[in-house]
Amino acid sequence: MIRFDDVHKSFGTNHVLRGVDLDVARGTSMVIIGGSGTGKSVALKCVLGLVTPDSGRITVDGSDDDRDAFLSRFGMLFQGGALFDSLPVWQNVAFRLMRNQSKDAARDIAIAKLRRVGLKPDVADRFPADLSGGMQKRVGLARAIAAEPEIIFFDEPTTGLDPIMAGVINDLIREIVTEMGATTITITHDMTSVRTIADNVAMLHDGRIQWTGPIADLDHSGDPYVDQFIHGRADGPIEAVR
Amino acid sequence: MTALTAPLAALGATVLAILATTGRITLFAADAVSHILRPPFYTRALLIQLVQIGWLSLPVVGLTALFTGGALALQIYAGGARFSAEEVVPSIVAIGMARELGPVLGGLMVAARVASSIAAEIGTMKVTEQIDALVTLSTNPMKYLTVPRILAATLAMPVLVGVGDAIGIMGGYLVGINRLDFNAAAYLRNTVDFLEFWDVGSGLVKGAVFGFLVALMGCYHGMNSGRGAEGVGAATKAAVVSASVLILAANYLLTELFFAA
Repeated sequence: MIRFDDVHKSFGTNHVLRGVDLDVARGTSMVIIGGSGTGKSVALKCVLGLVTPDSGRITVDGSDDDRDAFLSRFGMLFQGGALFDSLPVWQNVAFRLMRNQSKDAARDIAIAKLRRVGLKPDVADRFPADLSGGMQKRVGLARAIAAEPEIIFFDEPTTGLDPIMAGVINDLIREIVTEMGATTITITHDMTSVRTIADNVAMLHDGRIQWTGPIADLDHSGDPYVDQFIHGRADGPIEAVR
Repeated sequence: MTALTAPLAALGATVLAILATTGRITLFAADAVSHILRPPFYTRALLIQLVQIGWLSLPVVGLTALFTGGALALQIYAGGARFSAEEVVPSIVAIGMARELGPVLGGLMVAARVASSIAAEIGTMKVTEQIDALVTLSTNPMKYLTVPRILAATLAMPVLVGVGDAIGIMGGYLVGINRLDFNAAAYLRNTVDFLEFWDVGSGLVKGAVFGFLVALMGCYHGMNSGRGAEGVGAATKAAVVSASVLILAANYLLTELFFAA
């Protein structure tokens, strides 16, 4: 459904993506792992059109010429939540819905989505700055699924959360992805997230996909880069700066 | 590179950087103006900005005008006394406020208050990925953030200038009748008799141009903010400085256009 075909991207002399090839099948959950600065976020931004690749092609359902149509069936959970701090929670969640639905209908859907991610209706009228990090992440998740998108991206969904809250968010993502049947791409360093969320895993290293395969194969991939990363070892082919 | 050519190279690089920035700002402005005319229109966002930029700037613009009008009356009286021309105080205060000081000082005060606020708000939205989030929600940031601010500032500034003119003239009037012993009725008659429509109209046109420049600089620098608190701080500073300089430059050009013999 989503295909990266020899995608390159540089910022000045920094060659972030050096020929990324990746296929994400419809209805599956792909998790992209890799160290900091390996280009995971840039790869996602290339799909969204926020960053334009220098060369190569990214297609969704075989097409790369209608970004508006793609975005209309898309949702995203940002690393920091990226909630609009000038709007109350329910308007954040219902932001897209308010374009073609009445205010009351959009609010009802927003409250239903907030319940789906474990938040009570009284949160709806609060502002993002009044919420804890975990609650902001849940609101971001509610916003990502509010319009029932076919494609969802999760950018570091558990960063900054305590292990218990991270586990709750991982479980929520897995449940929602399964019940919606959405195609998802998640980028994370968190191996608990990987094991909870992923159907397939791709490891990005040095601007290329180093390894990709089903989650069941992750622990015996035979790839020294993957082994070093998933076990968090300082020694190995990935240079660790001390 | 020799010691002789190094300064020339630095000068060249600076000139190129200025030209590049001018080009980027021009393209940004053209893009913003083109979006003003094309749907969707965010009416609620426009109304919010009219309140933020127009209504909430009234106190600072009004106070600035009040004290400026009073000081102007004192200065013109002191200067006019050298030529036994004290009676020109009402007309010069009115013309000075309407043509120059109302729009320029109002513009500078709005630049300080609004350009900084817009740049900080949009810059913070950029570094916290809220602008990326807008894009993923099928919302064009130029339409949702920039157009309402530019439109609101362009519409609100002439009103602020008009109110500022009236308050400034009132400041001159209060000083004139209380400190300079002018007759109240004669002061008002002199003000009205000498003030022409274009004195006020030219100031309002200047106000609209200054409002456009203030919001444009706030939005441009906010949208192009660097990372982190330092980036947002730099964007805020650049917005205020560039808006202020552009207001003064535009004021000269408009005065040349409207009043040069």
